[in-house]
Amino acid sequence: MTRAKRNRLIYNCVTFAVVIIAFIVLQSMIENKTITRALKGQLIPICCWIVMAVSLNLVIGISGELSLGHAGFMSVGAFTGAVISGWLLNAHGMENETLRLVLAIVGGGIAAGIAGVVIGIPVLRLRGDYLAIVTLAFGEIIRNLVNVTYIAVADGHLVFSFLKKNVPEGARMLVDGASGAVKISKISTFTMGFILVLFTLIVVLNLINSRSGRAIKAIRDNRIAAESMGVPVTKYKMMAFVTAAVLAGMAGALYGLNSSTVVPSQFTFNQSINVLVFVVLGGLGNVLGSVISATLLTVLPEVLRAFADYRMLVYAVVLILVMIFTNNPTIRSFADRLIAPVKKLFGGKHSDKGGAQA
Amino acid sequence: MIFLDNLVNGISLGSIYAIIALGYTMVYGIAKMLNFAHGDVIMMGAYIAFCALQYWNMPPLVSLVVAMAACTVMGVVIEGLAYRPLRQAASLAVLITAIGMSYLLQNLALMIWGANPKSFPGSMINIPTISLFGGELKITGATLVTIVANIVIMIALTAFTSKTKTGKAMRCVSEDRGAASLMGINVNQTISITFAIGSALAAVAGILLCSSYPTLQPTTGSMPGIKAFTAAVFGGIGSIPGAMLGGLLLGVIEIFGKAYISTELGDAIVFAVLIIVLLVKPSGLLGKPVREKV
Amino acid sequence: MTAVKRHSTTKMVPVPSHSIVPERDLGQQPVLETNHLGIEFGGLKAVEDFNLTIGKTEIAGLIGPNGAGKTTVFNLITKVYEPTNGTVLINGKDTKGMNIVQASRLGIARTFQNIRLFSNMTVEDNVRIGLHNQIRYSMMEGILRLPRYWTKEKKMHREALDLLSIFDMQDLADVQAGSLPYGAQRRLEIVRALATNPSLLLLDEPAAGMNPHETEELMENIIKIRDQFQIAILLIEHDMNLVMGICEGICVLNYGKIIAKGTADDIQNNPVVVEAYLGKRKEEAK
Repeated sequence: MTRAKRNRLIYNCVTFAVVIIAFIVLQSMIENKTITRALKGQLIPICCWIVMAVSLNLVIGISGELSLGHAGFMSVGAFTGAVISGWLLNAHGMENETLRLVLAIVGGGIAAGIAGVVIGIPVLRLRGDYLAIVTLAFGEIIRNLVNVTYIAVADGHLVFSFLKKNVPEGARMLVDGASGAVKISKISTFTMGFILVLFTLIVVLNLINSRSGRAIKAIRDNRIAAESMGVPVTKYKMMAFVTAAVLAGMAGALYGLNSSTVVPSQFTFNQSINVLVFVVLGGLGNVLGSVISATLLTVLPEVLRAFADYRMLVYAVVLILVMIFTNNPTIRSFADRLIAPVKKLFGGKHSDKGGAQA
Repeated sequence: MIFLDNLVNGISLGSIYAIIALGYTMVYGIAKMLNFAHGDVIMMGAYIAFCALQYWNMPPLVSLVVAMAACTVMGVVIEGLAYRPLRQAASLAVLITAIGMSYLLQNLALMIWGANPKSFPGSMINIPTISLFGGELKITGATLVTIVANIVIMIALTAFTSKTKTGKAMRCVSEDRGAASLMGINVNQTISITFAIGSALAAVAGILLCSSYPTLQPTTGSMPGIKAFTAAVFGGIGSIPGAMLGGLLLGVIEIFGKAYISTELGDAIVFAVLIIVLLVKPSGLLGKPVREKV
Repeated sequence: MTAVKRHSTTKMVPVPSHSIVPERDLGQQPVLETNHLGIEFGGLKAVEDFNLTIGKTEIAGLIGPNGAGKTTVFNLITKVYEPTNGTVLINGKDTKGMNIVQASRLGIARTFQNIRLFSNMTVEDNVRIGLHNQIRYSMMEGILRLPRYWTKEKKMHREALDLLSIFDMQDLADVQAGSLPYGAQRRLEIVRALATNPSLLLLDEPAAGMNPHETEELMENIIKIRDQFQIAILLIEHDMNLVMGICEGICVLNYGKIIAKGTADDIQNNPVVVEAYLGKRKEEAK
C-alpha cells in the first residue's frame, strides 16, 4: 500500500470514527438523561448542517466552484419532504413514521437534485464570480417561488397552485405560501440524522477517491489541462453540483420534518453564507473539517447565549481574524514554523487538505 | 399615467442601485474582490446622517457631508485592517472576510441603535413634490434628487477616471496590478482611494435610499446591496457605465415586475432577467470578454 | 485516402513543400495534416497558411523566434482555438467544430509551455487523469465500491507506475505534483500526456529550464518514447541541440508564416532561416 493511500485510509477511518463515537456518546447521554435540553434540541439540526457543509464542500473545495445558493436546495428538500410526509399521512393514512421519513428524505433529495440539474445546465457554463452571483440569484428565486406556492390535500388528492383561491375550501393545507409548510408532524429522529450523515460521508468520500472524483479535482486544479487529457468539464462539474444538491435536499427534508412549521425565509442567502463559513473554516476540501466546524458553529451560539448581545459581534470578529491569520502569508509562514514539529510527530498530512484554491 | 409613474419610480430606484453598484464595480475592478460589506456601509451612512439630523440638529447638507466623511473613513479603515493583509490570498478568503465585516457592521449598528426600525426624517430632502399632467403624475423631491444625483455622480466619476492622474492610476491598477506598481504607481494607496470613493458614494446612496424608503434598521443595507451587486454584474462588473446601465435597468425591471406581474415575485423576476442576460452574454451587458491564455 | 497519395511523391525539400515526413512513414496515414491553417485575433493574423504533415512515427520540430506563433499552432491543433481558416486533420479526421476534449479523444496529447499540472494532486493521480478515458468505470461503481472499482483501480495503479518508470519517477508517485522540482514537473507532464494513449504528442518547450545533462537525458527519452509507443511527436523548442539532434523534420515559423521546412541540414543551411533566426543567434553568441 502506498503512503498516500495509507494516509487517505487513516483520514477516512478517523472521519467515520469521530462521527460514530460522537453518536454513541450522545445516544447514551440521551438514554441516561444526562443531556441538556438545549443540546438535545440541537442534535438533528447539527446533523442537517453537517450534511449541508460536507455537500457544499464537494462543490467549493473539491470542484472549486463558488456556490452561494446552497440553502435554496435545502429549501426545496424541506418543502418537498413536508409535502410528501403530509400527503402520505393525510391522503394515504400511512402511520409508519420511519417509512414516511425515509420516503420524505429520498423525495426531498430527488426534488433538489432535479433543481440542481435545471440550475446546473445553464450556470456551470459561467466561471468564478459570475457563477457565484447566479447561484445566489437562483437561491433567491427558489425562495420567492415557494412564497407563492400553495399545496394542499383535498379529498385524498394533492392540489398544487400558485394562487390561494384555487385551493378548495376545507382542504388540508401542506404549504401555505409565505406562511410556509404548516402543521408538519415532527417525525425526524436523531438516529435518522446520524444515518444521513454517514450516508453523506460515504458518498462524498468514496466519490472523491474515485475516477470521477479525481476528474473533478483535476478540473479544479487546471481546467485547460484536464480538458486536454480528455476530461469533459461540464459533465464532472455537473456531477459534483447535482450530488451536492441531492444531499442538501435530503438534509432539508430532515430539517423540515424536525419542526412544526417551515417558512421560506429560513432559507435565505444568509443561510447559504452560514454554510459557506462552515466550509471555509473547516478547510476547503477537508471533509472532517466541515463536520467539526458545522458542529461547533451550530453549538457555539447556544453556548454563547450568556453573551447574547455580543455573540454575533464576537462571531464576526473571530471570523475575520481567523481568515486573516490563516491566509496572510507572513503570519502563515510563522505559524507553519511553529506547527512543523507537531506535524512531523503525526507524519505527513493528507494531500487533499486545505491546499485547494477558490 | 400609471405607466409613467412606474417608470419614474423605476428610474429612481434604479439610480440608487446604480450609485451602490458603482461602489461594487470600482472595488471589484481595482481590488478584484467582492466587497460584501458595501451594503452595510450604506446602512451605516444612513444611520449617521439620521443621527446628524435628528440628534445633533445639523442642517441636511452638513449631515450629508458628515455621513460621507464618516463612511470614507470607515471604508479606508476596513480596507486597511481587514482586506489589505489578504492581498495575495485566495479570493474566497477575501470574500469570507468581507462577509465577516458585513456581520460586524450589522451587529455594531444593532448594538448602537437597537433592532427597532427608525423612521428616516423626510426633512433630509426638503423639496416639494412636483405635479405634472394636472396632478396625475407626482414626482417627489426625493425621487428628483436621486435621479439628479445619479447623473451628477456619473459624470463626475467618468471625468475623474479619465482626466485626473489618480483616476488614470486607478485604471492602470485595474488592468494590471504588477505592471502598475512597476510604473511607480502606489497600488495600496490607489486601492485605498477607491474604497474611499466607493464608501462616500455609499453614504449618498444610503441617504437617498432611506429618503425614498424611510425604514432604517441594521439590515437595511443587505438586500439593496445584493441587488446592486447583481446590477453591477448585470452591466458587466468592473465597468462604470455598466454599473449605471445595470442599476437603472434593474430598478425599472423590479418596479414593472412588481406592478404588472406579481408583487411577491418581483425579486425573482429581477434575478431571472440577470440569469438570462448572463447566459446570453456571460460577461454582462458592457463587460469585456476575457480570453484565457494557454 | 487521397491525402496519403499526395505525400507519397514528396520528400524533404525546403519551402514550399507540403511535407517533411520521413520515408518509413510514407504510404501510411499521416497522424496530423494541416491545410492552409490560420487564425486572426481582432485583425491580427497570428498564424497564416500553415501547412504541415506529420508521419506516423515522426519526430518533428517547430521552431522560430519568440512570438512567431508556435504555441498558437499547438492551440489550433488541440482545438483551444477554432481556426479562422483552413483545416486540421488528425488521423485523417477533420476536427472542424470540435472542442478540446473531442480532439484529445482523436489521439492528441500535449504539454504546456507554462506547466499545467494538477498541482494539488499527487504525481500518480496526475497520471491517472491521463488514463481517464483509457480505464473507465462509472460514478456509481466508484461510490458503491463495486468489484469493477477495485479491479480498475488496481489496473490504473499498475499502468501509472509503468508510465512513470519511463522517466524513473515511480518512487515519486505519492509526492504532491506542485512540490516537484521544475524538471520533474516537465517530465510528469509528458508522462501524463502519454497516459492518454495518443498517436500524436505535442511538447511545448520540453527542455525549458533543464540543465544540459537533463536535456541530454530528455532527448534519449523522447526517442525511446517514440520507439516504444510508435507515436509521432511534434515539439516546440528553443534548444537547438535538442531540435537538430532528434528532429527528423523541422518547420521554421516567423510572424505566423512558415519560412522553411526540411531536415536539420536543410534548415541550418537555409539562408532565410539563418537570417531570421539562426544568424542572429550566432552573432549574439560571438
